[in-house]
Amino acid sequence: MSATTTAPAAPLLRGDLTSGRLPRWAPIGVAVLSIALGCAIGAGAGLASHIQWGLIAAGLFLALSYALAVKVEGRRQAKDRFATSVIWVAFILAVVPLGALTFYTVQQGIGAINGDFLTHSMKGVVASTTAGGGIYHAIIGTLEQVALATLMAAPIGLLTAVYLVEYGRGRLAQAVTFFVDVMTGVPSIVAGLFVFSLWTMLKQGYSGFSGSVALAILMIPVVVRSAEEMLKLVPNELREASYALGVPKWKTIVRIVIPTAIGGITTGVMLAVARITGETAPVLMLVFGSDVINNDPFNDPQQSLPLYIWQQYTVVNNEYGYARAWGAALVLIAFVMGLNLVARGIARWRSPKAGH
Amino acid sequence: MTSSAPADTAGRAGRSRRDSRFGDKVFFNFSRGSGILLLVIMAAIAGFLAYRSALALGKNQGNFFTTFEWAPDGVKPVFGIAVLTFGTLVSALIAMLIAVPVAVGIALFISHYAPRRIAQPFAYLVDLLAAVPSIVYGLWGVLFLVPHMEGLTSWLNEYLGWTYLFDQTKNGAPARNLFTVGILLAIMILPIITAVTREVFRQVPRMHEEAALALGATRWEMVRTAVLPFGRPGIISASMLGLGRALGETIAVAIVLSSSPTLSLHLLDPGGGTFAQNIALKFNEAQPFGRDALMASGLVLFVITLLVNGAARMIIARRKEYSGANA
Repeated sequence: MSATTTAPAAPLLRGDLTSGRLPRWAPIGVAVLSIALGCAIGAGAGLASHIQWGLIAAGLFLALSYALAVKVEGRRQAKDRFATSVIWVAFILAVVPLGALTFYTVQQGIGAINGDFLTHSMKGVVASTTAGGGIYHAIIGTLEQVALATLMAAPIGLLTAVYLVEYGRGRLAQAVTFFVDVMTGVPSIVAGLFVFSLWTMLKQGYSGFSGSVALAILMIPVVVRSAEEMLKLVPNELREASYALGVPKWKTIVRIVIPTAIGGITTGVMLAVARITGETAPVLMLVFGSDVINNDPFNDPQQSLPLYIWQQYTVVNNEYGYARAWGAALVLIAFVMGLNLVARGIARWRSPKAGH
Repeated sequence: MTSSAPADTAGRAGRSRRDSRFGDKVFFNFSRGSGILLLVIMAAIAGFLAYRSALALGKNQGNFFTTFEWAPDGVKPVFGIAVLTFGTLVSALIAMLIAVPVAVGIALFISHYAPRRIAQPFAYLVDLLAAVPSIVYGLWGVLFLVPHMEGLTSWLNEYLGWTYLFDQTKNGAPARNLFTVGILLAIMILPIITAVTREVFRQVPRMHEEAALALGATRWEMVRTAVLPFGRPGIISASMLGLGRALGETIAVAIVLSSSPTLSLHLLDPGGGTFAQNIALKFNEAQPFGRDALMASGLVLFVITLLVNGAARMIIARRKEYSGANA
């Protein structure tokens, strides 16, 4: 009885599994087809902007893959395929701007960079009518301001993280945690406004140092958060072993806990440095900018790379200015990305393994 | 001889215990002190801005909330944040509408869809996108994106002009409008939203996913029933963090937007302004009184971002595991 009923079911079952599936290469095929169609329509209709070509291709890809899947595989599978396509399109959408940005910056910037550009200031250069001049003074300014900001922010941030992880109980710790989080979102221009009003109260003028105070305010919360995460990863057994040997708490922290987490802490500080290096707004208000080399960050206006780009675009605002701006932008991006890569390299190389 | 040694060690032990207690105290106070310093800085930011704003607001001849123009240094000082509030909110809203779905898609791509070989490098790449300075985004935005937007804007004007939003009244003007600014902001806040959302999606219990698959769900059904519900608070708070960034973004907006004291829902027309952009453009040329007026607008921006970020953090704090600290 049962044998006769299952026998006819078997081929049906096999049919369900093998038929009604698109081949593995189908999504790629549809993608290629829709890109070709997108380009054809774009070129045929004479659409100038490649953004439109891309949008047409993406729309076609979504529609075609859904239609094809509904026809061959049924509704549920089609929905699944549609979602997969949408997610792939999202991925492409993210890659395109990054690619365009990097490519365009390198393409525009590489021509401006040479030995002269890196070793000269803008002193005596009529910026609006001639090429030439350089970013030496801006590099000096950026390095000094960022170094000063790091000198202020790194110890404060690390100590705050130590407080939160090793001592933090009760209301104060909760408040600090919350405000560190909120402080991460303080707009850079607001930090600039604050330092500016502080500086006018103290009757001080423009200087690189005032810029670094604002940068430090932006940097502290980033350092606290990353150092906190790293200190939490240090296994408690290490602390307990140290206490058991009679080592005082502060020495345990300085000699055992921080050295164990130092890789991650360094990474966090470097990522924070990378983030503040590109900040323009506070520097614009506080450091003011200068065409000549000023090695003293505590007196008189200085220059910095982001500010240099800003001035070349807004003040000079012609092809000479753009060329210099792109050159400086390329140097800035290379510096920031290099710092990022090194920082993440360190993180991978000596991160504390949680609870091994 | 023999008795002096233990006495000596006892003395040293006593001294070291006193030392350590002293050292502990110093170290504890230092670390607590820097925590307190942080709170003091936040309070000082609010206090200083409030004080300077009060100076300016007392002499304002217009209504601070409804006046369009920004002329605090005139004979009759008039300034208001109506245009700035509108521009800030609209550009941030456009950015969110574009960035949140794309970021969730990318996060899903990295956590559930991508072949393992490209998921990790791609996550890396998205993090690098976060490292690009905003001045470079601005430069790229005005010299590359704006010219490339022109085709798209005339297209939108042609087919979607009837929606009023995309109706272009000044044809042929460069696309230095709130719409382009919104797109640029979307690109800029994509990485932080992606980073936080990705962390949440990674923490979806494996059992939930496998249970869904075992019941015959397709991958999308699994994502919809197991991953997205679990990740919803994370997506919300990540979006709010992104919103905080978009509201406070200064330099990129200042470069790309061609500002004017006009308030119009025609998104494709140049004009408008945002809080941060207005401060950056006007600050260096302003008189002391004009600077106080800019401080007042800065205070409004500070309070808005404070509220948005605070709310985002409250939502995250309910699920402590995903803090997105390193994003």
